[in-house]
Amino acid sequence: MTAPISISLDVNGERVDAFVLPRLNLADFLREHLKLTGTHVGCEHGVCGACTVRVNGEIVRSCLILAVQAHDASVETIEGLSDSGEITDLQAAFRDRNALQCGFCTPGMLMAAQDLLKQTSTPDREQIREHLSGNYCRCTGYQAIVDAIESTARARAGRTA
Amino acid sequence: MTSGPDKRDPLSVLDRPNSYIGKIVPRPNLDRLMQGRGLYVSDIELPRMAHVVFLRSPYAHAKIVGIDASAAKRIPGVVAVVTGPELAAVITPWVGVLSHLKGLKSAPQSAIAIDRVCWQGEAVAAVVASSRAAAEDAAEHVLVEYQELDVVTDMSTALDPATPVIHASLGDNLAFERNHNAGTVDAAFAGSDEVVEAEFVFGRHTGVTLEPRSVVADWNAAEARLTIYQGTQAPHMVQNIAALHLGLREAQVRVVCKDVGGSFGIKVHIYADEMATYALSKLLRRPVKFVADRVESFNTDIHARDHRCKGKIGVQRDGTITAFEIDDLTGIGPYSMYPRTSAIEANQVVNLVGGPYVTRNYRARARVVFQNKNVMCQYRAVGHPIACSVTEGLVDLAAMKIGMDPVEIRRRNLIADDAYPCTSPSGLRFEQLSHHAALAKLVKMMNYDALRAEQAALRTRNIHRGIGIASFIEVTNPSAAFYGVGGAKISSQDGVAVRLDAQGSVICQTSITEQGQGSESLTAQIVGSVLGVSMDRVRVILGDTDNTPYGGGTWASRGAGIGGEAALQAAKVLRKNILDVAAAILQSTSGELDIVNNIVVNAGDGVPRIELNELARVVYFRPDTLPPGIQPELMATRHFVPREYPFAFTNGVQASWLEVDTDTGFVKLLKHWVVEDCGTIINPQLVDEQIRGGVVQGLGAALFEKCIYDERGQLTNANMADYLVPMSGEMPDIDIGHVVSPTMETELGAKGAGEAGTAGAAAAVTNAVNDALRPFGAIITEIPLTPQLILTALGKI
Repeated sequence: MTAPISISLDVNGERVDAFVLPRLNLADFLREHLKLTGTHVGCEHGVCGACTVRVNGEIVRSCLILAVQAHDASVETIEGLSDSGEITDLQAAFRDRNALQCGFCTPGMLMAAQDLLKQTSTPDREQIREHLSGNYCRCTGYQAIVDAIESTARARAGRTA
Repeated sequence: MTSGPDKRDPLSVLDRPNSYIGKIVPRPNLDRLMQGRGLYVSDIELPRMAHVVFLRSPYAHAKIVGIDASAAKRIPGVVAVVTGPELAAVITPWVGVLSHLKGLKSAPQSAIAIDRVCWQGEAVAAVVASSRAAAEDAAEHVLVEYQELDVVTDMSTALDPATPVIHASLGDNLAFERNHNAGTVDAAFAGSDEVVEAEFVFGRHTGVTLEPRSVVADWNAAEARLTIYQGTQAPHMVQNIAALHLGLREAQVRVVCKDVGGSFGIKVHIYADEMATYALSKLLRRPVKFVADRVESFNTDIHARDHRCKGKIGVQRDGTITAFEIDDLTGIGPYSMYPRTSAIEANQVVNLVGGPYVTRNYRARARVVFQNKNVMCQYRAVGHPIACSVTEGLVDLAAMKIGMDPVEIRRRNLIADDAYPCTSPSGLRFEQLSHHAALAKLVKMMNYDALRAEQAALRTRNIHRGIGIASFIEVTNPSAAFYGVGGAKISSQDGVAVRLDAQGSVICQTSITEQGQGSESLTAQIVGSVLGVSMDRVRVILGDTDNTPYGGGTWASRGAGIGGEAALQAAKVLRKNILDVAAAILQSTSGELDIVNNIVVNAGDGVPRIELNELARVVYFRPDTLPPGIQPELMATRHFVPREYPFAFTNGVQASWLEVDTDTGFVKLLKHWVVEDCGTIINPQLVDEQIRGGVVQGLGAALFEKCIYDERGQLTNANMADYLVPMSGEMPDIDIGHVVSPTMETELGAKGAGEAGTAGAAAAVTNAVNDALRPFGAIITEIPLTPQLILTALGKI
């Protein structure tokens, strides 16, 4: 079980083939092998949410799954969501509301926020706080983040109405 | 409140029509962080870089009998295994004392333990390998033989004769003691209608920066130069200390600080493992990277606030507070931290207790003791939460005793807003505070009377809500009085260099640092405002000892007040230089010209005369067309340090509204209010977000956060699942208001705001819980306010 294993996956729309050790987690694979350093490692035990990425459309803690488990999967990171323009409005709301300070939690926070907004078009503040409850932010106290997500939800709802 | 136009330049940045001061403008460069394009130390990779993992002691106190690294060294990928004595060949030990903290003592500390470990988590060997995983594998094969020694864990018995002395050379476990006596305390207590006493207990907690401490050290033997990439709040301090202990000149050390994933005082110190990483790079002649994992963070990032403080207050039936007395005890681990020392927090507690109030009678004793736990040192709002919780807890107990409303007793005792300048019983000098204006504003914002009515109505339905109030003062803009006078090479001045580039844009180099507070933004706002240049044309460079002026950095709420004033003064000089050149080109005088929106205009009628990019083109490429004798200087540097006041004190007041579930002991925070006075506000949004973030750190201390040690000195909750931090679901919305009393010591008038939230949040919550529990006669003076603590106080368990 210690020999490298061949994996193939889709990362931000690009096919990636690699040989990885079975013990390598997805966060370290993204950061160290693919140099996608926007995925942050805060606790390495699935609590802080800084390493949140999307795998086959679902948000996961990339420190809690192995790279080999992502074989054949489609993985999206903050770099992918940024370049595709999917969260441009959400990022603008974070900027306008100063919903980040050090920024270390922010990629994971944006991932979680976008996940909520895809599920629920106009979540209330309680729902937003609940959905972010697995993403730790030490700087902001969360209120600005909740505000930014709430305003993004309203703006999106306004566009589709 | 008390702005002073008399002292201000008529062309002050505060008055200019296009000023960014006082405006909400987005911070520059946030997109980088939001798109995952930041550069934190943990992201840095260099050619030939090796990774270090530290093997750490599982014991709180033990003799190192022997270390056998032979098996580890044979593991593929291992570069070296280095022990304390081996590393001592390239780095000297240190002692964390400062001369102005009289009597403070500590023992020499080494980068890696030599012969003995003094806390669980102290490094005993460094394993350097081609990857972190390889180094971790190899670390499991380093055999260390320990002989366990008696441990000192309980600070309340650390000074008992029967307790072992941790450092025999020091004679006892007392690191520092300070006594203070002002006024006539005994007579005041004797003459009081009521005297109330309580013991306040504070949990040991820590900063939990989301990015763990990280360092990449790169010794280039060919250049004889060490480059340190570190997420530090004080790059020049790191430069000085690294050079000192590695036997280098400061010019041989460059410290580069890119993005920092949270700091809060955790990253203002220099840790043994960081020193070891610098030394390993020098020893191995290659870049070495250290990134703490989360368990290491809990075991080695400084802890804070482990205090037991006995407090006493005297009060008359009319509400007049007659005296305060405290006896504070704190345990700091086995060493005083370097280079800022671990006596500062206790010293601050003595300074700050009773600070908002009129009474002149104040007696204090603070003792700081050694113990076999992780080191303790300055964390956001150093000492303030202790002092505020003790003071405000006592004030509420006094009010309860005489049956007075908590707001009313404060109204009757807070220093009057027109009584300044004045001096506190502990000798603090206050330039201008605004306690009464702040309290009045808070009462209005929270609709105090309606909230009291709601509380009473809910009580009849067995719903127990409480209101807690906490006034506070905050130390900001520290002068050399903080560290410099004690011999620490930690600068209290900051510098800013501003230059106009060849296309009319502006580059500022500042010695303050950015960890998310908005240092970059406030610098750009000030410089843009003074120069008349739009912010999109202002670029700020910080965090690099090779490329910024010398200065202190960002800590102790000093960035805006000190670094901001340096930016203002530098920009004023550059503005004058630009206008002198413009006057020469335009055959005008500088007094007749102004700069607005990147264009030199007539001061009188605003008619555009020459754009800055055209002026820069002439200066840099066609100086031959300038009149004879003109030598333009389109770069200016200014430094600033407060001289008149050792600290620019700020003040504020917080309130908490919460509900206690008396069956489960859970506390639900419903709302929190803050009114504070940080003088001139450069960017209201940034100030408010600093306060909100600070409040939430204080709320964490109030309800959740505690490093739980067992009697053998083992930290039992060193992970993020067991050490609870505030998450979004439990936090309330926080309303913020301001009173503005600018400091007259600077033209900018800004004081600090970074620690105000943390200073008073726990006190407000504790007072609110006690207010909620009033019908039950339960009083709690300990944090964190866990369900267990509350149910115990209620007699339910």
